[in-house]
Amino acid sequence: MINEEAVYYSRILTEVTLSFHIIYATIGVGVPLLIMIAHWVGIRKNDNHYILLARRWTRGYVITVAVGVVTGTTIGLQLSLLWPNFMELAGNIIALPMFMETFAFFFEAIFLGIYLYTWDRFENQYKHLLLLIPVAIGASFSAVFITIVNSFMNAPQGFDLVNGEIVNANPILAMFNPAMPTKVSHVVGTAYMTSAFVLASIAAFRLIKGSNHIYHKKALLLTMKVGFVFTVTILITGDLSGKYLAEYQPEKLAAAEWHFETTESAELILLGVMNDEGEVKYALRIPYALSILAHGSPTAEVIGLDQFAEDEIPPLSIHYLFNIMVGVGMLMITISILFIFSKYRGWSFVDTKLFRWLIVLGGPLTIIAIEAGWWLAEVGRQPWVLRGIMRTAEGATTNNDVDLMLILFCGLYVILGIGSIVILTRMFRKNPVERELAERKGDVPS
Amino acid sequence: MSVDLEIIGIVVLWTFLFGYILIASIDFGAGFFNAYGLFTNRQHILTKIIQRYLSPVWEVTNVFLVFFFVGVVGFFPSTAFYYGTTLLVPVSIAILLLAIRGSYYAFETYGSRSHKGYAFMYGLSGLLLPAALSIVLTISEGGFVFMQNGNPVLDYWALFSSPLTWSIVVLSVSAVLYISAVFLTWYANKANDKPATALLRRYALIWALPTIITAGGIIYELRFHNPEHYERLLGLGWMFLISGVLFVGTVWLVWRRKNYGVAFVLLFGQFAFAFYGYGISHYPYLLYPHLTLYDSFTNEAMAIALIIAFIAGLALLIPSLYLILRLFLFNKEYVSGKSKQEH
Repeated sequence: MINEEAVYYSRILTEVTLSFHIIYATIGVGVPLLIMIAHWVGIRKNDNHYILLARRWTRGYVITVAVGVVTGTTIGLQLSLLWPNFMELAGNIIALPMFMETFAFFFEAIFLGIYLYTWDRFENQYKHLLLLIPVAIGASFSAVFITIVNSFMNAPQGFDLVNGEIVNANPILAMFNPAMPTKVSHVVGTAYMTSAFVLASIAAFRLIKGSNHIYHKKALLLTMKVGFVFTVTILITGDLSGKYLAEYQPEKLAAAEWHFETTESAELILLGVMNDEGEVKYALRIPYALSILAHGSPTAEVIGLDQFAEDEIPPLSIHYLFNIMVGVGMLMITISILFIFSKYRGWSFVDTKLFRWLIVLGGPLTIIAIEAGWWLAEVGRQPWVLRGIMRTAEGATTNNDVDLMLILFCGLYVILGIGSIVILTRMFRKNPVERELAERKGDVPS
Repeated sequence: MSVDLEIIGIVVLWTFLFGYILIASIDFGAGFFNAYGLFTNRQHILTKIIQRYLSPVWEVTNVFLVFFFVGVVGFFPSTAFYYGTTLLVPVSIAILLLAIRGSYYAFETYGSRSHKGYAFMYGLSGLLLPAALSIVLTISEGGFVFMQNGNPVLDYWALFSSPLTWSIVVLSVSAVLYISAVFLTWYANKANDKPATALLRRYALIWALPTIITAGGIIYELRFHNPEHYERLLGLGWMFLISGVLFVGTVWLVWRRKNYGVAFVLLFGQFAFAFYGYGISHYPYLLYPHLTLYDSFTNEAMAIALIIAFIAGLALLIPSLYLILRLFLFNKEYVSGKSKQEH
């Protein structure tokens, strides 16, 4: 028995929870790496500014971690509350990475607590830096394991289904499914990239708002460099993801690219809108590009939507999400490469207010891009919750109270969202870096 | 005779639940005492001690719970179907409370300090949480879930009108306050904080009585609610007897104002015996009478993989936990507030 209303609200509630969670989770995965780099650079260069940078980032990071932890706990429990039938089936094959994710999380939690409370306990700052390694590893590996769970939902394998019963389960094979390499590398890469650009955006904002301190300039250059490196990696993994889709999930690629008929030498449709009759208008059409994207050859055949039954095609609106995601990626690589190059050549246009505003914009834009990317990935596998095996409607709860819970949780996320923003801005506005530097003179060598 | 994988699985999970209950009790109770102190103007006595304990561990507490529920679904996927469907509302409320607690603790500690409203919410949610979570234990006794069109449905009326439900709620709340007070008495005593020790000692003695009375009452009520379970409980009477003796020991030590450390160890033993005794007597049911350990168990390959992951994970976690305990809980300088703890 399927309860249509419960299915609908379960989908919305899961989407709201995840959309909220990934903002904090992405920062939670990426920022420890940046703190580690700043801390390390500070020790190596014996430069107080970088140490303080690590310290201030950490303080803000704790607030985002708190929201990340509680929303992560929420989604962890909601999986069973909203999708009991799905979890009953999938739990048999995919429990291992979920279990390992909690270990990674545990590991991170322990060492983050230690790192936070030992700033001034160690004479040797290298020892303190060592504590960050498990934090960064734990954070990244929780992303790895949980993304493995998600990739399994896109490319389920490692079991046989006989009359609805699971036999020959192989947890390891289920983890190393075909979607896993591209998904994991793309997710972890974007987390690093997004965190770097979010922190860059803060530094640029401080510079615009009058603080012309060298501290912010150092922070900006460092984060732009890290951001650039990871934008390059995600361009590569993004391209590989396209090739993966062409091979294993052609309906998702075809829907995202508005590729209707199976053809050779397929053209890529960029931008554009679709009217009610399903006609594409105002689009940029690049010949052969889709074949190159999908198979690395301009003449290769790309499977179109015509190969799939009507009720197995994902919504065509995901095309817009694809454009947002790729567009932001392209913009960010341009901004960061311009910035770094100009810094070395001594060109000053990157120090103008206008360019700095562009960097400030980069923070929110990359967050929008990860949202768009996740919606693309998730909506793109509709109508399946386990592609080819279980439809979303079959996995959902039959409980009648999901709509009420939706309202309850929306309220929670509004409170958490506003609360975290208020606390974060207050925290740094009350204690500007100039003051903290003045207070710490003589505290640590500079 | 070889031990079933099912048994290993449930023992692992039960142990983690036990760990969570102890650690969370300290945390929930501390939040309540802190808020209570704030409203009775005794906050200067307790706040420092409580903050110093909670700050480095607030995140770790949550992980124990995550570990438990991820593990349950991993080892016993069918629990997702039965418990997931029926518990939507109570567990969602618990999540909400957990979210408020966790985030506001961080907001308050690292952001702005001493906001009465936050402290109040923090304290209150700590009392409501054990109530919301203990409903799971009540439901597992059977009689509150019926099947409709092949799907389980929770009968709220039966649940809320049952004396068993309310006894378990009262027990969970008073046990939380009792455990927390005994632990914090020990902690405050280590910090040489005499006023805090005296106040917390009083709380420990106050909450000891309702804890033991409701615990006994529940056994009595089970006789009518679930006779089969009651019989099994009687068979394990010796475990509850040991538990009772340990309880007397704790109270006696706290009363005599000595060996608070030993008192806490005895309390640990008391709850361990009661908790495992209750757990064993529940065998083989996970949800009476719909679900047993055996018909909900995952496949063998996954069970073995999970157990291996568990052992590997513990090899990583135990040294880390030891490190955090040494640095904070058992570090004299830190506990007494002498070492710098700026963040």
